[in-house]
Amino acid sequence: MKEQLQKDFENIIRNLNLSQKDIEIKKFCLSNFMNKGFPNKKEEDWKFSDLNQIIKKNIGELSFYSDYSSTNKVDTSVFVDGLEHNKIVFINDRIEKIDFDYEKKDQIEIIDQSETINKFDNNNSLSDLNNAFNNKSFKILVKKGYQLAKPLIIYHTTNSKIWSKNINLRLDFELDKDSSLKVIDLFKDTSEKNFLNIFYNFDLKENAVLKNYKVDRFENKNIKYFFNNIEQDKNSISETFILSSGSNFIKNEINCDLKGEYSSAFVNGIFSLKNDKHHEIRTTINHLTENTKSYQLIKSVLEESSKAVYQGKIFVNSKAQKTDGYQLSKAILLNKEAEFNAKPELEIYADDVKCSHGSASGSLNEESIFYLMTRGLSHQQSRELLINGFLLDVVEKITDSEIKNLIKNMIGIKE
Amino acid sequence: MDSRQKKINNLKDYKYGFSTDIENIQAPKGLNEDVIKFISNIKKEPEWMLKFRLKAFERFKVLKEPDWQKPKFPKIDYQDIYYYSAPKSMKDKPKSLDELDPKLLETYKKLGIPLQEQARLNGIAVDAVFDSVSVATTFKDELTKQGIIFCPISEAIQNHPELVKKYLGSVIPTSDHFFATLNSAVFTDGSFVYIPEGVRCPMELSTYFRINASNTGQFERTLIIADKGSYVSYLEGCTAPMRDENQLHAANVELVALDDAEIKYSTVQNWYPGDKDGKGGIYNFVTKRGLCKGKNSKISWTQVETGSAITWKYPSCILKGDNSVGEFYSIAITNNHQKADTGTKMIHLGKNTKSKIISKGISAGSSDMTYRGLVDISSKAKNSTNYTQCDSLLMGNKCGAHTVPYIKNKNSESNIAHEATTSKISEEQLHYCQQRGLNAEEAVGLIVNGFCKEVLQQLPMEFAVEAQKLVGISLEGSVG
Repeated sequence: MKEQLQKDFENIIRNLNLSQKDIEIKKFCLSNFMNKGFPNKKEEDWKFSDLNQIIKKNIGELSFYSDYSSTNKVDTSVFVDGLEHNKIVFINDRIEKIDFDYEKKDQIEIIDQSETINKFDNNNSLSDLNNAFNNKSFKILVKKGYQLAKPLIIYHTTNSKIWSKNINLRLDFELDKDSSLKVIDLFKDTSEKNFLNIFYNFDLKENAVLKNYKVDRFENKNIKYFFNNIEQDKNSISETFILSSGSNFIKNEINCDLKGEYSSAFVNGIFSLKNDKHHEIRTTINHLTENTKSYQLIKSVLEESSKAVYQGKIFVNSKAQKTDGYQLSKAILLNKEAEFNAKPELEIYADDVKCSHGSASGSLNEESIFYLMTRGLSHQQSRELLINGFLLDVVEKITDSEIKNLIKNMIGIKE
Repeated sequence: MDSRQKKINNLKDYKYGFSTDIENIQAPKGLNEDVIKFISNIKKEPEWMLKFRLKAFERFKVLKEPDWQKPKFPKIDYQDIYYYSAPKSMKDKPKSLDELDPKLLETYKKLGIPLQEQARLNGIAVDAVFDSVSVATTFKDELTKQGIIFCPISEAIQNHPELVKKYLGSVIPTSDHFFATLNSAVFTDGSFVYIPEGVRCPMELSTYFRINASNTGQFERTLIIADKGSYVSYLEGCTAPMRDENQLHAANVELVALDDAEIKYSTVQNWYPGDKDGKGGIYNFVTKRGLCKGKNSKISWTQVETGSAITWKYPSCILKGDNSVGEFYSIAITNNHQKADTGTKMIHLGKNTKSKIISKGISAGSSDMTYRGLVDISSKAKNSTNYTQCDSLLMGNKCGAHTVPYIKNKNSESNIAHEATTSKISEEQLHYCQQRGLNAEEAVGLIVNGFCKEVLQQLPMEFAVEAQKLVGISLEGSVG
């Protein structure tokens, strides 16, 4: 792999117009990555999902270079109907389109970031990989007091031009005071056997509100890692919803720093898996000051020989008195082969806090099925009804009613 | 000194469990094959035992000291330890209670420990009238009548090699982790218990009643076998604080329960925790593992951990037999600069297996406490259930309380439920108690005891009363 990395890296440097400083940084990141390689199960954070093995088994050898100059035609059929929205379209590793048609032009700034790095609070080697091979990244700045009229949908599409490739994407968002933004990430892949490595960085200033919905529902054979870093100032709110279903493997990771008083973070997630899919959500919520709040709810429905992993951590430092932290994960295993692993973790250094977590996994309640069948439903109908209700609980946590309905339609949940 | 006098002296010393033969004999410092041969030789062990030790040592050489635990400690130089030294003779020990640390005596008083026991704990020669050995012998007779074997493990190696050979290392193999293999290579003594088929042990077995029980030292090895349909309750440790010079304690405890058998293992650990500034104290790195080998067997661990500078242990159950049950009840209290990383592992292999974990952690002062546990339900363990509850109580904002559960469910017909909470003692509760005339410290003691009640209830009666007092004492100085 090392030779491939070196060769592809030289290609990147040659084709991108970079300053000497940037080249140095990229080189540094590359050597970091080369030393560590892909994360494996010896690392605590990757204990349940050995990415190195997964890539080896599903893809084999990866290549890291793609030509940024070749453009793709945007396929408008992937666009969501019935919801007016702003768009960012990624095709493979290229941003093909950014439009904020529904917004005031002077309130949003799109900054082409030529310089590469700001450090993530993430010590895994994938951030190094991303920094070394990322072609181009943008920063989206929402100005003071501006609340976007329509949600932003980011389409992550891939096509059959790429094969056994590693793709690195990066976006930065800054939400200035009193602003708000809704982001929906939609995956649509027609490619196979690629590794997508995506990093988002959100900077929320005072009173800012971020709602992020990540939807991975279309069947595909790609492997994905999606990292969200969220920094929160006073009174800010972040809400993250994850629907984890379509890819062969995806690990969604969220690192949230509650730095300002009265800031709060919500993470809700659904795993709905079939075949031998293996998905993971890992969250780290850092309560760094007084009166902050976090709430997490993760539910899984696992069929066939699928496997879901939830690692959630609540960290409370000694200054963060009056913290309220809650975490709940529940899983239904529908098949003998299915597997659910959880590591709900609390690390607490302050005494005046209210922190708790719960985790439960098991099969569908036979008594409930029996009850429904006595009311005239078939076994299959009762089963569906129960699963529906189980998942609806999470979807109902979505605070935006328009998007809630969109997502309900997408997964076919009925009320 | 004529030879007769010498003989008498020998006997005198022997009464406390040590033969003068081995007095002052010390293996050379460090760890190598010769030292292991030396230990094996001095214990007059058979060939197979030496092989067992050497095999463990071979493995130990390639292992690295683990470093994933929360409480970090300065590197231990394993070549700088005496792996065998004969127990100290009476000469080096304090001659009377007056020589002891007054703080220690005060604690004894609060716990209500009788004078002669205080002396015994500190190795002071006890007057023949109070000699616990004679009490022990009466108990021993009763046990022998029922066919129960309860003796030091070195004796069992000599007298019951077939049992030891069969079960030693069957739960904690010589190829286990770092500290366990170290123990397998160099263990000096410990307890051996065998309960024959269908026998219900008539009393709580306790290290207290075993001759040669104290001073077995740093590398203790305990093996308990409960044959089909038998029952035994075993008590380890003592509520009174134990002074000890050895810093590292790496004991191994193996339990084997055959069909329909039940083992209840209770520990009260109150080793020296170091002083207020966190200097000194014991490193308590113990490997405890129980195997529910037979159908319908049950193993239950209860622990009250209040001592040691660092406690690092996970008493575990391997639920291999169908319908077997594993339980873990724990109270861990850390104060001042103490650190604890403790919990359990419940490995479900058989069908219809059940496990229950109740863990209560209390941290005060500048201490740090971690619950780390594993619940693993394998794909064959149909219809198994686990229930876990771990609650932490924090006092002050200089301490930490952490919960790190690992939950693995590979069976769709099995259920796992896990709950954890972290909180502090509410002002209202404190206020209410103080209003009723308790001082702040008593009030905290009362509330904490209520918090721990579920676990304290699991302890044998006499022990429970003392443990309750101990909980209060361990938290002294943490209020206000």
